[in-house]
Amino acid sequence: MRIAFHTAGTSCEIALIGELDHHAAKAALSEIHARLDQTLPSSIALDMRQVTFMDSSGIALILALYKRARALDGELRLRSLSPPVKRLLTAAGMDKLLDLSA
Amino acid sequence: MRKKPLNYVKLAFPSRSANESLARSAAAAFVSQLDPTLEELSDVRTAVSEAVTNAVVHAYPEKIGTVEMILRLFEGGVIEVVVRDKGCGIEDVPKALEPTYTTGGADRSGMGFTIMESFMGSLSVRSKPGKGTTVRMRKVINRVR
Repeated sequence: MRIAFHTAGTSCEIALIGELDHHAAKAALSEIHARLDQTLPSSIALDMRQVTFMDSSGIALILALYKRARALDGELRLRSLSPPVKRLLTAAGMDKLLDLSA
Repeated sequence: MRKKPLNYVKLAFPSRSANESLARSAAAAFVSQLDPTLEELSDVRTAVSEAVTNAVVHAYPEKIGTVEMILRLFEGGVIEVVVRDKGCGIEDVPKALEPTYTTGGADRSGMGFTIMESFMGSLSVRSKPGKGTTVRMRKVINRVR
């Protein structure tokens, strides 16, 4: 999995590229945390357009970023969710926590 | 008596996380013979990924063990996926099946079994501490077309 960051002021957009499974998630999350530790954005946007596969490992990653944003009184927004990713997040009840319509 | 499958594949591989994607691809290739919808294909890939990840993360926490995956096709478009390990087993299966319950820490969401059940339709988990775990999932493909 590759990750692209775009930081502007207090917001950071993170684009995930590739398969987000258990194999990829751990390294991805530590890379994201390391980057966010430098800039401490309160608003995080996760661009999922180029995620070709995701399982519950991705849910754990999204939850970690959600908690991180909330800890700084900020928010996490999800962008460009494919139908399978949307179905997965809905099955896991994430629609109660986050807006899945984007 | 159980019916004989029309087709089957048996795979065995070490519990390395790199093999999660191999298991998904193998299951998707097997299911493709039924001409599934993209949604059905994606459901099977996701459920297999959850089952194999469980074996990688939980069955063999301190070592690499063998994970077996058996794919069977039955009459009526029924796909059966069995993922089996000889790892540490699950102490309390009903507890493990509860949504958000995990022993895997913050890296894991605890949603694996919930997703398997929701995406496949049928799920059974048999486990003996110290002996291993067998996860069996079934899904009907191509019901209405």
